[in-house]
Amino acid sequence: MSELATARTIDRSKMQVSEEVAIEISNMNKWFGSFHVLRDINLTVNQGERIVIAGPSGSGKSTLIRCLNALEEHQQGKITVDGTVLSNDLKNIDKIRREVGMVFQHFNLFPHLTILENLTLAPIWVRKTPKKEAEETAMHFLEKVKIPEQALKYPGQLSGGQQQRVAIARSLCMKPRIMLFDEPTSALDPEMIKEVLDTMIELAEEGMTMLVVTHEMGFARQVANRVIFMDAGQIVEQNEPEEFFNNPKSERTKLFLSQILGH
Amino acid sequence: MSDVSFVRTDMLPEQDPPGSEVGAIGWLRHNLFSSWINGIVTLLSIYAIYFVLAGILPWVFQSVWNSGSLTECREIMTATWGQTHGHACWGVINERWLQLLFGFYPKELYGRPILSLVLLLVAITPILFNMISRRMNWFLLVLAFFVTAVLMDASVFVWILRAGFAGATLVIGYQLVTLSGADRAEQIAQGAKRLPNPLMFTAIYPFLMPWLMWGGTIWPAICTAFGFVIGYLVLRFGKAYMSELLTMIVAVAAAVIWWLVLSGYVSSGLSSVLPIGIEAVQSRQFGGFMLAILLGVVAIGCSLPIGVVLALGRQSDLVVVKFLCVGFIEFIRGVPLITLLFVASLLLNIFLPPGTNFDIILRVMIMMTFFSAAYMAEVIRGGLAALPRGQYEGADSLGLDYWQAQRLIIMPQALKVSIPGIVSTFIGIFKDTTLVSIIGLFDVIGLTQAIRADTSWNGIYWELFAFIAFLFFIVCFSMSRYSMYLERKLQTGHS
Repeated sequence: MSELATARTIDRSKMQVSEEVAIEISNMNKWFGSFHVLRDINLTVNQGERIVIAGPSGSGKSTLIRCLNALEEHQQGKITVDGTVLSNDLKNIDKIRREVGMVFQHFNLFPHLTILENLTLAPIWVRKTPKKEAEETAMHFLEKVKIPEQALKYPGQLSGGQQQRVAIARSLCMKPRIMLFDEPTSALDPEMIKEVLDTMIELAEEGMTMLVVTHEMGFARQVANRVIFMDAGQIVEQNEPEEFFNNPKSERTKLFLSQILGH
Repeated sequence: MSDVSFVRTDMLPEQDPPGSEVGAIGWLRHNLFSSWINGIVTLLSIYAIYFVLAGILPWVFQSVWNSGSLTECREIMTATWGQTHGHACWGVINERWLQLLFGFYPKELYGRPILSLVLLLVAITPILFNMISRRMNWFLLVLAFFVTAVLMDASVFVWILRAGFAGATLVIGYQLVTLSGADRAEQIAQGAKRLPNPLMFTAIYPFLMPWLMWGGTIWPAICTAFGFVIGYLVLRFGKAYMSELLTMIVAVAAAVIWWLVLSGYVSSGLSSVLPIGIEAVQSRQFGGFMLAILLGVVAIGCSLPIGVVLALGRQSDLVVVKFLCVGFIEFIRGVPLITLLFVASLLLNIFLPPGTNFDIILRVMIMMTFFSAAYMAEVIRGGLAALPRGQYEGADSLGLDYWQAQRLIIMPQALKVSIPGIVSTFIGIFKDTTLVSIIGLFDVIGLTQAIRADTSWNGIYWELFAFIAFLFFIVCFSMSRYSMYLERKLQTGHS
């Protein structure tokens, strides 16, 4: 579990973090009914950062990144994504969603459309790209995730790993500036986890800003530039991966790491 | 300690299954005689089927076709098979089948409902089957018009029409025949771009059909269609001056004002100046199976879109919209259809301003549409509930807006899941059209009473109802088979 199951060497030289701020969250609070899920979250993410968010289940990590593209509504505080302040205005929300790609645990591909149609749908309808151009872009990204031959199949005919790579390609077709990953490998067999992580590593090497909720600590150690540990709706600890894994400060982090790495 | 390590050195080849598992014997063994209880049940069932068929088949096929009255039929029956009533008197169908199909529609105008039906089939073909090429669809359309022109009373104008349609039929038909299979597949894939979309005709049909059926001048149909044009124009060009929502409201308001206030004057004015038209037929002359198809098609065609809107409204975050939709659905579903039909035939006259002439068939159409739309909304809501939340989130995360997500992602899947329920509702409302006989319209059931009122057929029941059942069965069974075809066609992948 602790080591990333990949043989390739990871080129960290291209993973440059710029000064430009991509996401800024200040004093954000969220409730589900009367349950206080996110408590006073403050986080600044620069362009090009790869952030892994870890923590026990129910700690609010998924909810946090789902607030960033307004899949969940936050009740207090301010979220700025790519220079746009997130508000209830639908136009505002759609603008942010166009710039922020998201990959889900259960892929959420559209089963009634072919892979190619899944990829071209949003560019054609949201970005108003001509169909031919959208298809070329789609094939480019399918080649990138190494499944161009599946373009005309339906999602139900692909393996889980392939579906997740299609989901990543689908997000990339919108040319997003930020990618959110919500436990992208949790629903996959061990053999397929590797192919998805490889795709994510490639993306990191191209300088994509990534926020990843995952239990893959090997990925966190080798790819992330910052690991955030959340518990009970709060950010408990954040640090560079080396420090985070070798020298955790809080007791809660130590306990979590001993449980997740201890076997 | 035994040695547990084992390595297979050669793989086993595949073998044929034993003979008792395959072929006819295997099938019989598996399906009919898999155990002794199963065997006994099989034999009993075969006997039961024989018993029923032995009663029905002679009645149906050893029957009297040529008799002008029930008494004559009974005499022939006694002369042929002895003292028995166990044979059908199909003479009544032989004599009255046209009336059962068309009611009291004028005989010399039967061509119009037939043409309407043929055009209906042409109009719904591009919706029902996307493997039919555009060329084929246009060919069917010009062929239908050509045949109509041939059957019309000849005049110079009709000869020009005949020549025109014959030419078009030949040209498109020639292309259809000479097209190779591969080219056709290619053109279907390309959507045969050289020909206009046949859905154009489908859009015209709802205005053409009432004109063909009721006759009169052509202007009311054109004026009604013009209301949609007004709405579209406002929607198209109003956006530059108003917000999107306001444009939509103004467009609907403009169309409604046109229909309710202006179009009546305009169409009657045009009708008196330019009386282009065909002989008018009154609503009370409509009847028979034709009326069932007319009401069924309108109720089916309109209830699906209204049902979709109601289902979406029921899920809406806007409380007023939600409240209105829930109220509508629950009220309509909570009331028997007969009650609604009585409201349509009797009560509505009290509420409408005096002097308004609101056609009885139109009123019934509206009520039946509402009724099936309420059921449709609940069926579609079931389909919406079957979709995982992830589909909404997937669409949202890509930046699709509400209507795009509904149209491209949610509805195609929800409707697909609901196909069996939707088609059940269709079949149900189609059969419910027979209830209009209760409010005095002469649909097939109503006509049976009219036929029995004739002294020569007084006392005949079975043959008429068997014939009606046969007519309804053909249509309903076709719908059922179509839904199964559609489910197979939309099947994607293993999941």
